[in-house]
Amino acid sequence: MKAAAFDYVRAESLTQALDFLTRFGGEAKLIAGGQSLVPMMAMRLARPAWLVDIDRLPALKDVTVESRRIRMGAGVRQKDVEHGAGWQAALPLVRKALRWVGHQQTRNRGTVGGSLAYADPSAELPLACLVLGGVLHMESQSRGARSVAANDFFLGPMVTAIAEDECLTAIDWPVWRSGRIGTSFEETAIRHGDFAMASAACQLQLDGQGAVSALAMGLGGVSGTPLSFPELAAQLIGQRLTPDMAKDVAHVAAAQCEPGNDMHAQAPYRRHLAAVLLERVLLNSAAEAAL
Amino acid sequence: MIRKQAIQIRVNGTDYQRDVEPRTTLVDFLRDELALTGTHVGCEHGVCGACSVLLDSEPVRSCCMFAVQADGMNVTTVEGLAPVRGTMSSMQDAFCEKHALQCGYCTPGMLIACTALVARTPRPSEAQVREAIGGNLCRCTGYQQIVDAVLYATSGESAAHG
Repeated sequence: MKAAAFDYVRAESLTQALDFLTRFGGEAKLIAGGQSLVPMMAMRLARPAWLVDIDRLPALKDVTVESRRIRMGAGVRQKDVEHGAGWQAALPLVRKALRWVGHQQTRNRGTVGGSLAYADPSAELPLACLVLGGVLHMESQSRGARSVAANDFFLGPMVTAIAEDECLTAIDWPVWRSGRIGTSFEETAIRHGDFAMASAACQLQLDGQGAVSALAMGLGGVSGTPLSFPELAAQLIGQRLTPDMAKDVAHVAAAQCEPGNDMHAQAPYRRHLAAVLLERVLLNSAAEAAL
Repeated sequence: MIRKQAIQIRVNGTDYQRDVEPRTTLVDFLRDELALTGTHVGCEHGVCGACSVLLDSEPVRSCCMFAVQADGMNVTTVEGLAPVRGTMSSMQDAFCEKHALQCGYCTPGMLIACTALVARTPRPSEAQVREAIGGNLCRCTGYQQIVDAVLYATSGESAAHG
């Protein structure tokens, strides 16, 4: 359980990090918090010849707050979103998702961008990013800067739109400013902090009459990527959410999932969990928004 | 040819300079280079929490980072928790009082997690204690005595104990 030998460089700037990536080609891996990569290297599932350390780059720590979005550097640590008392309050769903991400020891090191780039299908931050309609910014020497919507970013289990010579630099998190907003994130795992057998996320806005005026919802751990359900969400706009409606929508969504089997849960059980959790986050969000 | 990296890490108040192979994890560095064997190696892939140390005052898993990543940083291991060598911190004393260990393998990590909790939350609730040790596996105690120890250490009751 020791990593294979590799060479290490600490990048002094993003430009330098991109230069290393180009020079080393597929032989190099970026490392920031390392909370997914280091275990992968310990198990020798990853054997990079070079590690390029971007953990201390100030450019990746920037947070810019705008009225409709927060642009968060990819290197912002998970604990700084979880605990901060400032701009973090505008991202209630992300903060609730973070409560389920690993443990305090891993959130103290792990970065938001690292979790998104790793793209585990049961991970919480990719689900939150997809549900909220985040935008991911990347940079490389060959293509310069480009951005990809979350919907086009998560391509499969541990597969994203990031090219071999690219670095994820920032994430735009949409912010809902108006109306009564409720959020909820729920998950079932063998123990808290383990990989989710199924997870569900919801952000919901109510108008003055108590009808749903905006809704984003999704499921994790039940497909190769996180899933969101914009068409189903659209059906609930303008309606007062009842328990029966939540149950019906959750069952339709869960029926669209293609969960896998493993030693912890068979596909039918995961689908059942998906329906229960999605119904729960819908009702929780509506109750919170109505407060 | 792998190039070694020159690093400087402050551990329990002492600065150490060493040349390390990049693949040396922080926990192997502490144990093999500095002979600080209080920090235990459990699963070596971030599941068990036995290797927890404080990095710049926050608990992290020292098997899930390479020593070279901690260059210039400040590490506290279980050896550094007591105010004076040969004594125990109030948390260590509470672990003894409440029988919070049997085999002791998880204990360094538990002590680090609980010390970090109490530094941030001086009077934690039982739920907060359970969350703080959520990333640390213990196969002996069933956790209850560990929870009891932390509540005891922060209750004021322990201060009366000699």
